[in-house]
Amino acid sequence: MKFAVVVFPGSNCDEDAFHAATDVLGERAEYVWHKESSLKDADVVILPGGFAHGDYLRTGAMARFSPIMRAVEAFAADGGPVLGICNGFQILLEAGLLPGAMLRNRDLKFHCEHVHVRVEHTDTPFTRACRAGAVLRIPIAHGDGNYFADPETIARLEANRQVIFRYTDAAGLVTDAANPNGSASGIAGLCSERRNVVGLMPHPERACESALGSVDGLQIFRSAVDAINLHCVLQTA
Amino acid sequence: MRARVFVTLKPSVFDPQGRTIADALHSLGYGAVEDVRQGKYFELDLKTADASEARALAAEVADKLLANPVIESYRVEVDA
Repeated sequence: MKFAVVVFPGSNCDEDAFHAATDVLGERAEYVWHKESSLKDADVVILPGGFAHGDYLRTGAMARFSPIMRAVEAFAADGGPVLGICNGFQILLEAGLLPGAMLRNRDLKFHCEHVHVRVEHTDTPFTRACRAGAVLRIPIAHGDGNYFADPETIARLEANRQVIFRYTDAAGLVTDAANPNGSASGIAGLCSERRNVVGLMPHPERACESALGSVDGLQIFRSAVDAINLHCVLQTA
Repeated sequence: MRARVFVTLKPSVFDPQGRTIADALHSLGYGAVEDVRQGKYFELDLKTADASEARALAAEVADKLLANPVIESYRVEVDA
């Protein structure tokens, strides 16, 4: 199977995602420049972390208009699995592929640290290899990760089981102290209504080898591989 | 013609930067400043001399790119 890693001007986690997919998991991957219009027959699309277009105006605000995003939208509409990591998640929000928006972290600090997130649901192409309720230790690195949506939207996300990752303490408990940025309901990651588009602020690609301090992020990439290999994506889409 | 677009966070959205600025002003002795909301200001130079056309174009641009309707609202001013 093949991953497409979209590269925007200012992406800086593209090589980490590519490395996780190829060197660690042994799958194929290809970079796709944001000005291109084709995803090159990829099975899974990754919008990597970084600072696309310098984060000018708002995070992801201009990246959503990059030509490749028309192909990403079509791919997602077709049920294809799309993973947005950090800045990639912010781009998915701006593009309207996921609901809500990011605000500046509540303490105005850029947080670069390992956090714990609980896997809330495993019926997405990026969590199917996880155990429901598993607590993953994955790093975050962002200044604008304070997830916001109006209360009606939050209620709908909860009712639809679209909150996929939530910040918790090491024991898996949702506490205010374990919420690094002030995100509503401790939301660290979401999926679309069809469940094929997933965005999260933590960086699983930075937690795929023991030398990096954690291998928990591998479960997210492995999930995508399983999803494609078992052809379950089209069935659930 | 020039249009000015003011983008601010909606009243229901917490503005951590505005709060920090307000706190700083309080510590500087400006207790009379009750609250601060930070926003963004854009000047658009438009190829039109018609005020209503300029207003409509500025609003369209604000809707499409300058403001995120999930968290922000905006106000447009054009020269009379």
